Amino acid sequence: MRKLGLIIRREYLAKVRNKSFVIMTFLSPILLVGMVVLIAYLTKINDNEKRIVSVLNESSFFQGDFLPQPGVSFVRLQDLSLEEAKDSTLSMGYYGLLYLEDGERLDWVAERAYLYTREAPSTSVLERIERILESGLRLYRLEELGMSPQTYADLGAGYEINTATFAGERSVKGINEFKALVGGGFGYLIMMFIIIYGGFVMRSVIEEKTSRIIEIIISSVKPFQLMLGKIIGTSLAGITQFLIWIISASLLMVLVLIFLDLDPAILLERPGTAPGLEGFNPADQLQTDATTALIVEEFLNIPMGLMIGFFLVYFVLGYLIYSSIYAAIGAAVDNETDTQQFIFPIILPLMLAIYVGFFSVFSNPHGPIAVGFSIFPLTSPIVMMMRLPGGVGEGGVPVWQLVLSIVLLILTFLAIVYLASRIYRVGILMYGKKPTYRELLKWLKY
Amino acid sequence: MQRHMEPILSIREVSKSYGNFKALDKVSLEVPAHSIYGLLGPNGAGKTTLIRIINQITFPDQGEILLGGVPLKPEHVAHIGYLPEERGLYKNMKVGEQALYLAQLKGLSRADARKELNYWFEKLDIGDWWNRKVQELSKGMAQKIQFITTVLHRPRLLIFDEPFSGFDPINAALIKDQILELRREGASIIFSTHRMESVEELCEYIALIHRSHKILEGRLANIKKAYRKNQYRVRWTPRDGDEGLNGMQVMAPVVRSAFDPDEKIWDFVVRLEDEKQSEFMEYLTGRGVLTAFQEVIPSVNDIFIQTVQNQETDA
Repeated sequence: MRKLGLIIRREYLAKVRNKSFVIMTFLSPILLVGMVVLIAYLTKINDNEKRIVSVLNESSFFQGDFLPQPGVSFVRLQDLSLEEAKDSTLSMGYYGLLYLEDGERLDWVAERAYLYTREAPSTSVLERIERILESGLRLYRLEELGMSPQTYADLGAGYEINTATFAGERSVKGINEFKALVGGGFGYLIMMFIIIYGGFVMRSVIEEKTSRIIEIIISSVKPFQLMLGKIIGTSLAGITQFLIWIISASLLMVLVLIFLDLDPAILLERPGTAPGLEGFNPADQLQTDATTALIVEEFLNIPMGLMIGFFLVYFVLGYLIYSSIYAAIGAAVDNETDTQQFIFPIILPLMLAIYVGFFSVFSNPHGPIAVGFSIFPLTSPIVMMMRLPGGVGEGGVPVWQLVLSIVLLILTFLAIVYLASRIYRVGILMYGKKPTYRELLKWLKY
Repeated sequence: MQRHMEPILSIREVSKSYGNFKALDKVSLEVPAHSIYGLLGPNGAGKTTLIRIINQITFPDQGEILLGGVPLKPEHVAHIGYLPEERGLYKNMKVGEQALYLAQLKGLSRADARKELNYWFEKLDIGDWWNRKVQELSKGMAQKIQFITTVLHRPRLLIFDEPFSGFDPINAALIKDQILELRREGASIIFSTHRMESVEELCEYIALIHRSHKILEGRLANIKKAYRKNQYRVRWTPRDGDEGLNGMQVMAPVVRSAFDPDEKIWDFVVRLEDEKQSEFMEYLTGRGVLTAFQEVIPSVNDIFIQTVQNQETDA
């Protein structure tokens, strides 16, 4: 145990003191925050750029419709001929000229309207002008038909069925996706951690092999101790890095938001209402608010304590399984270029877990595919995390599935660590050629 | 000497296979305490496997190993110091920190390790390397560090695999002195090498491993005795020409001969039975001028080659 402690300490310090590791640890949050700030800033600039379009409206319609909007504002021209209007628009440096001919009917005027610009007009400007004309046109047509705008809005209103669980709680459609997304976050974290720090473990084994320090160390410690110490030391370094990232990124983000006075909301995507119907249906807004409230409620309903508890279980077991495979690969080869053929079969179940998770678990968290992959040990750490936000027991993951998945994971962990340490034990003292899978099998018997 | 009698290490009928390949086949060795024991053999003979078994890096399929009369146990790694042939250090670690780490892995406390390291760094005159990184050191410098980490925990049994490779002659001599001093202080030393001259110089006992078998073991002096061919080198100028020469050949058949016409000296290698020695000497001194008379002792190199060749023809 003392030796294991020494090895863990050395591996941890070697990793944490490594220059590129230190740089990555402190640079990443800065880069991340920098990027967010840049995006926010650029969005702000984009919104601030106003294009001015002059409007020559000879008709009696659309008076007072051309109000300034985000991205575009309008200047009224009066008592000018079209040619004069074009000249003055150009000389004023305006973006373009909207020309509405005089006519008796609104639809006729709208049909003959022209937008003159220097070059092909930007779609955003075009859309906004079209929107103004379109809503005027719609009101005009409704009037022709003798229908009130409210009737029209009622006509076009969509329909959504009410849903509830048998327990009587109101549930929201799409909440499966939302819940799986929260679980997916945990699953994704596990995958990233395995790929990054598993790789570190592998490279560290290769380094010991190529520098031949292994020959000296191995007479003092058992190969298994060395492998375990390396895995634990590296993962502690990884956890340190993750914690520094999370803390410093949050701190930086808060500081930046305070100092640059940016609105955090601009970073969140907001789904827009269908174009052309804005303001027609106030019920829409109410509906959205209700949905948001429900989502928040459901989010609070996600058993976070349980999630974090099982996250730790799945994280530790999953990481140990994969990193011992990485260690065995590192021991089997002489240099990093030889690792490719062995790494692919490891990455495969991880990728599969993520994709199956996002495609299958999202739509049906308790369907056969989701259940299968959440029990299969190499994918269960990720897929089960995606299913767990629904809770355990009734309405969530059945207890037997959870127990089976963890038991299988523990058995796999024991088997894989045993096999990996056999390969590791032989591999670290073998040099010269890249072994085949057949030879690796032979090593198990040595 | 009495203290040479009890063996520090007994290897009994040890076999080890890798798949179909038999690396060691019922090898038995006795390493006497406080001696320097040469483990010789061509590449691939099984020396490294044997050394790894002694260090409990691999384990034998069959057989038993006793260290100081007790079956080998995991704790025994603290009593063994092993300098492998292929050896390296962590490139990015500082010299002192690395030496401390390796010493602690051998079971020393941090304080003891520190004390021992100071002693050895002083002794090998490398005190100012403590904070340098290994990658800044030359190969010979790194070898010194590796040597120190091998002997630091004062093991009862030291195993050196090609200890002099990578050293310049001055440092090789320095290391050789250290090895001899360690033996004087009571350590037993196993010395695996291809450099026969250093075997000749250092080893009291040798064992020869060939194709997974031990084919020779014993006190070097005894082995040499056993391998002597009763050949003597003679430098002689006969007074009465060919007649004296013929008479000499009757007593001792000539194996090789050469004549130096300027000095008028014959240089012979002759085969001579032990009981005829004094008679032969009388003849030579009576019939001419004898300038040299010396037994031709087989070198370890000769013994090595001859034994291996005999083994090959037998097989």
